[in-house]
Amino acid sequence: MVFLLLFMIFLPFIFAILTPFLYKLFAPRVHTGWFVAIVPLSVFVLLLQYIPVISNGQTIYQSVPWIPSLGVNITAYLDGLSLIFGLLISGVGFLVVLYSIYYMSKEREALHNFYVYMLLFMGAMFGLVFSDNILVLYVFWELTSISSFLLIAYWYQRKNSRYGAQKSMLITIFGGLAMLSGLIMLSMMSDSYNIREILSEVHVVTESPLFLPAMILLLLGAFTKSAQFPFSIWLPDAMEAPTPISAYLHSATMVKAGIYLVARFTAVFGGSSEWFWIVSGVGLITLVYGSINAVNQKDLKALLAYSTISQLGLIMSLLGLGSASLYFGNGDESTVYAMAIIASMFHLINHSTFKGSLFMVIGIIDHETGTRDIRKLGGLMSLMPISFTLTIIGSFAMAGLPPFNGFLSKEMFFTSILTAVEQPVFGMKMFGLFVPIIAWIASVFTFIYCMILVFKTFTGKHQPEKIDKVAKEAPIGMLIPPAILAILVIGIFFFPNVVGKNFLQPALMAILPIHSEGVGLTIKAWHGWNTELFMTIGVVLFGSIMYIFLKRWTVLYHFFPKTLTLNHLYNQSLEGTEMMSYKVTNKYMTGKMRDYLVYIFGFMIVILGGALWLSDGITFLGSNQAGVSIYEGVLLGAMVISGFAVLLSKSRLTAIIALGALGYLVSLFFVIFRAPDLALTQLVVETVTSALFLLCFYHLPKLRKEVSRIQFKLTNAVISIGVGTVVTLLALAVNNHRLFASISNFFEQSYTLAGAKNIVNAILVDFRGFDTMLEILVLCIAGLGVYTLIKLQLAGRDRKE
Amino acid sequence: MFDQFLLICLFFLALSILAALYRVIKGPSTPDRVMALDNIGVNLIAGVACLSILLRTHAFLDIILLIGILSFVGTIAFARFIERGVVIERKRVH
Repeated sequence: MVFLLLFMIFLPFIFAILTPFLYKLFAPRVHTGWFVAIVPLSVFVLLLQYIPVISNGQTIYQSVPWIPSLGVNITAYLDGLSLIFGLLISGVGFLVVLYSIYYMSKEREALHNFYVYMLLFMGAMFGLVFSDNILVLYVFWELTSISSFLLIAYWYQRKNSRYGAQKSMLITIFGGLAMLSGLIMLSMMSDSYNIREILSEVHVVTESPLFLPAMILLLLGAFTKSAQFPFSIWLPDAMEAPTPISAYLHSATMVKAGIYLVARFTAVFGGSSEWFWIVSGVGLITLVYGSINAVNQKDLKALLAYSTISQLGLIMSLLGLGSASLYFGNGDESTVYAMAIIASMFHLINHSTFKGSLFMVIGIIDHETGTRDIRKLGGLMSLMPISFTLTIIGSFAMAGLPPFNGFLSKEMFFTSILTAVEQPVFGMKMFGLFVPIIAWIASVFTFIYCMILVFKTFTGKHQPEKIDKVAKEAPIGMLIPPAILAILVIGIFFFPNVVGKNFLQPALMAILPIHSEGVGLTIKAWHGWNTELFMTIGVVLFGSIMYIFLKRWTVLYHFFPKTLTLNHLYNQSLEGTEMMSYKVTNKYMTGKMRDYLVYIFGFMIVILGGALWLSDGITFLGSNQAGVSIYEGVLLGAMVISGFAVLLSKSRLTAIIALGALGYLVSLFFVIFRAPDLALTQLVVETVTSALFLLCFYHLPKLRKEVSRIQFKLTNAVISIGVGTVVTLLALAVNNHRLFASISNFFEQSYTLAGAKNIVNAILVDFRGFDTMLEILVLCIAGLGVYTLIKLQLAGRDRKE
Repeated sequence: MFDQFLLICLFFLALSILAALYRVIKGPSTPDRVMALDNIGVNLIAGVACLSILLRTHAFLDIILLIGILSFVGTIAFARFIERGVVIERKRVH
């Protein structure tokens, strides 16, 4: 059993490599999905064997070094929380693969792509929930984003798929990066990358100033992934993915990664009022937002997407409420709040079962009728009886009705909410009363859309003319996976304590370590005439009335301005940022060399001048100055004159000649300062460059031979004077701050060391011969460049042909 | 005494360069300018010679030679340019 768990994480990746070969070998005789189904099944079976161990309160830890020098290990850590997720991922994964075998055509679809992406996702998800190392967790987190991106855009020929994929990518990666910085802050505070070690350093983390930023960044990651308000907008657009993917990723697994993260780090951040309010507040807002929006959807999958958002908000708010348990420490209040955590985990399991099954049924309807539009569907009850039964089970579970598991978790939700009112924490007194009302309203809307889902699709009049296909019941293979989930939905209702003992208690121990014994909890379907039950009855009554008068009040949705929807905001902001960056870039990237030189020189003035000014570097006339002789003065005057002649000359020819004069004067300077070699070279080079300038001048096109003075531009004048001043100041300052004696004494031994009387030449070819060699290379390259420029006129040659 | 004499020489050389420069700028035709430039070259040679005597070094004698060559080549090039329109002719293909 050693490292078996770790091996299981990597099994999907190994299979992802093999899948294309299997596809090539067996397609289209055998559906590739049959091979793929082995992976989740084997992981599921393996995880089942761990249940007794975990429910005894033990944990399993396996670790393999990845980057040991940085303390990054690939770990598999199995406790109650990751066991729930592992079983969900592998179990629902197996059912989804089974379903996809019948859903995806083996002749028409690129199945190898589909299953490779799906296996990648599965492996990433396993890695995510089993990782104890936060950096490895982040790696798998991003891998789920990427594979989800690939899966949403599986039908990449469709524009909507690409749009949805891009949107989900942008939002989840944004959150992922925020989460990475939060995780890094966490590791800085606790000096460890391992979650278990971080948990043992909680008191350090809580007192650190980075506590709040790390929490918010981490929550950003969790909220974007779990489609919480206002990051929920990517989920409805992700419905462009094939239905098995929607069922798997966007209802049962990936969107719960954020829930997992929040649950995992509750022990670190929970117990603070910020965590409590942010998590439960955002959860409640999402709950209401999702349920209200779901009612207005016309597409069944969009309806389910919004309902997923709403249910995720419910789970999130329960996690937030439960975190108050850490605030109380041990005691009765603490236990009461811990119930919220149990409720959240319970609803998490329940939601995966009924939402997975609902998505599959919607897929069946789509598959068999060719549409998912509520307005076109109707009267399918007698045509698709099994699908109808499955939908009723799923929807009523979602609405929170007995005898389905949703009823139990909904009741527990109400209980937790009411507890929070009775035993207020963190200033709950003020808003406490609103919380149950909000939750209740959300439940009413949940009830309404569940009824829409069932009755608008299956009852009423059948309209065969509106749908493309002749509606009939789906093949049995397609019905088995949702049926298994539906059996679970009912099964959990009748035997909730099996789940409670084996999964919920260990999960509670993992989330809230203070309850290491677990809270002796039994989930009862019947718990007496109490407030929760009356609330549920109220939901049913009120929901039914509102459903009956649905047409009367859904017009209200039209009054909500389109410009205020989150999607509109997202599109606008995306367009806006694009336009703005386009404008900004166009503003300064003018394509004119002159402007770029202005920037460069401007920066030079600001940075060099600023540094000089700030560091008090501006000093003149130190002791290092030599006297000025008359030759130098006269030469300087001549150079200034020729310099101005270049600037002010009317024709270019004069400018060239004045430039030449300047060059010759420089060579005279070299003569005066006793540098004969330099003077020689300068003369020759100046002659050649003047000749080249003349050549350029001669070949100017006739039209453009402007004979005009350089235009005066104020910016140019200011910048050039500024640069001149700064450089002059810098040179003077440098001359005044000689820190070391020069090393030229060494080169005066050139005769003894190198056998040369000419120091300059000895330096050039002996002491520092490398520079000379490279300068020769530069000249070679320049020569070759000129030659190729002249000879190799590719553009012109193409035009001739 | 000798230095004074050299300085006077330099002064007159400078004067003659200025006079030649006037011709370079003013000179009605191109040959006038070319001749004036040639003249400036000769004066520069003399100037560098005087300077190197003043500085008591023989390191600059190469420069005298160089200016002589450059001035000659330059004048020839200009002459060819004026005469034929190009400095370096292409070989005729028979």
